[in-house]
Amino acid sequence: MFLDRFWANTINGLAYGSIYALIAIGYTLVYGVLQLINFAHSEIFVIGVFGVYFTFLALGFQPGAAPNLPIGGIIADLLLAGVVGMVLAGAAAVVLERVAYRPLRRRNAPRLAFLITAIGASFVVQQLFRIFRGSNPEGTIRLLQPEPVFRVFDAPVTNLQIIIVLASIAMFFAADGFVNRTRLGRGVRAVAQDPATATLMGVNRERVIVITFLLGGVLAGAAALFYLMTIPQGAVFNGGFLLGIKAFAAAVLGGIGNLRGALLGGLILGVVENYGQSLFGGDWRDVVAFVLLVGVLMFRPTGILGESLGKARV
Amino acid sequence: MTTTIRTRRGPSSGSSGSTMRDRWAEVSRWWNARSRPEQWGLLVPVVVLIYFLPVINPPIITTEPATDFSIALFNAAVFALIAIGLNVVIGQAGLLDLGYVGFFAIGAYCAALLSSPDSELGVRFPWLAIVPIAMVITMISGVILGTPTLRLRGDYLAIVTLGFGELVRLLADNIDPLRGNRGFQDIARPGGSYPDGTPLFTQTDAQGFYWLAVTIIIIVLFLMGNLERSRVGRAWIAVREDEDAAELTGVPTYRFKIWAFAIGAAVGGLSGTLFAAQVGFVNNQRFDVTTSILYLAAVVLGGQGNKVGVIVGAFLVSYIPDRFQFEPEYRFLVFGLALIILMIFRPQGLLGMRQHLLAYGRQAYQKLFGAGTGVAPTGLTASSRGRGDPSETTPDDHAGTSPRGGGE
Repeated sequence: MFLDRFWANTINGLAYGSIYALIAIGYTLVYGVLQLINFAHSEIFVIGVFGVYFTFLALGFQPGAAPNLPIGGIIADLLLAGVVGMVLAGAAAVVLERVAYRPLRRRNAPRLAFLITAIGASFVVQQLFRIFRGSNPEGTIRLLQPEPVFRVFDAPVTNLQIIIVLASIAMFFAADGFVNRTRLGRGVRAVAQDPATATLMGVNRERVIVITFLLGGVLAGAAALFYLMTIPQGAVFNGGFLLGIKAFAAAVLGGIGNLRGALLGGLILGVVENYGQSLFGGDWRDVVAFVLLVGVLMFRPTGILGESLGKARV
Repeated sequence: MTTTIRTRRGPSSGSSGSTMRDRWAEVSRWWNARSRPEQWGLLVPVVVLIYFLPVINPPIITTEPATDFSIALFNAAVFALIAIGLNVVIGQAGLLDLGYVGFFAIGAYCAALLSSPDSELGVRFPWLAIVPIAMVITMISGVILGTPTLRLRGDYLAIVTLGFGELVRLLADNIDPLRGNRGFQDIARPGGSYPDGTPLFTQTDAQGFYWLAVTIIIIVLFLMGNLERSRVGRAWIAVREDEDAAELTGVPTYRFKIWAFAIGAAVGGLSGTLFAAQVGFVNNQRFDVTTSILYLAAVVLGGQGNKVGVIVGAFLVSYIPDRFQFEPEYRFLVFGLALIILMIFRPQGLLGMRQHLLAYGRQAYQKLFGAGTGVAPTGLTASSRGRGDPSETTPDDHAGTSPRGGGE
């Protein structure tokens, strides 16, 4: 049974894993720069999910009904929804930073205080969605039906899975290139490495922080689009919680503060989780994820690739 | 950069919280200057008042008619007990534990398995026998969780404990003998009755349970106080303030961290049995990570490391949603906003007090600076308030300009 489904699970796991990875990058960037677990990042993702969902509704799609559009139109609509989701999530991340984190930074608050404001912010966002949209998940809107394109060892690879994995990896490389090759990215790495010295050298720390939040938010928005394209659950007010924990686990797994670690951790987590599901049954999926995390941390206490956003640290 | 922040912060920090802060500092200084018997004398009426709260049922404070006041108080008391236990881990030893609800769950499930007729073990232990068993089991689970994970630091520990909390809940979901959502009925209650013969501990009237919980809290506080003043407590604070320095000066940090975990876990288990006994029913619904985060919120809100503070914090976190229930829609919204606002204006928590090592040896300090003068030496106030210069560096280090962020 497990062996029969091995390749199918691997492929499916890679698709899930890319979504984890995109969210994980947001955690990892903020952690690298501020040493802060941005607990509200999962809510940024949820904002992206609702942004994408509302765009679908605004474009005239309805849950359940298969769209009757030429492929070009569908791609344009998906892109539009994705852009809306990314803009909303990015903006929300910047607002979150302003409202919940910056005042604390100004006051040199202890580290746990940041965690508590993050928790508070995430309650607020969740409850706003619950009040406006109720606690039942929205229906799923599928613009693209999954269709097998080719087979790997007899396991079908669908068009959705190809799009998601390729697009995620492309976005990852864009983010990685931004952090490692551009001037602004150098600022991000400098602040991650040594904030005080970076500031002395003329890096605007506040701006770097805003950029990291923005980048993380935008990637979460993209993850939101992929989430709605492939994962059976619809948009729901608390949908980000478990996903957020897993994405954070993925970031830790790969080595938090390390962009490549986030990608690797996300993919590994997605794949192993799917193996676990097929070995032990669906109920054990999350158990496998957490056991994997604990297991890896026991042998590699700083994650698989170690923590290093500032490269020169190695 | 640090300098700019300091200067910018200078005038503003003096404005908002400072009056309240000074008042608290004054109160705590005055309190510390009292002798032990005097302190006890002042405490007794307060404690008596706390005991009689459900009987008095004061009109504005009461949570009725929405929630029975004695039940609200009992829940607050259990919450306070949990916060005291978690405070050992977070406030004293400085270990961020996000999965504390796991221990609470283990305690509750111990009570369920050992006394419910639904349990496959087929035993019906009395509640009093369950308590020590549950505490030992949770303590062992704390050691089991701690042994591999306490070598991790900071945020890694946080995520692993979070994973542990989720694991406990998922196991309760998925392991058949733990009965998932169906749960266990008829969990044993402590015996005892009022003079007129009505049973003291029932599900509908939590007055007896509230008294029991307060009594347990007092005992636990007493034991914790002694523990904190002992070598163990000093070791915890040393670990919290600077783990490397502690290790270098010969404190076996790993061992004391496991101690903190185990003792915190045992208190969590104790509160779990108490909760299970009052509700009389345990299933998998009460133990999600959100609950764990509420515990953390209680500790940080009240002021980590400050026992009175965490009790106040726990009381607020448990009591406010019960009291202002009329708009259940907005309950958590308001709670979330309150958390943000409170943290922005009082990042140290309501009664924040990060005691430093010096603040502890009160007698030692008084010997050094002249005992019995009644006027606490400035050094003591600065350190016991946790607002003086020595603490200034600690939050700063953690706030992001941490040297650790650069190193490795």
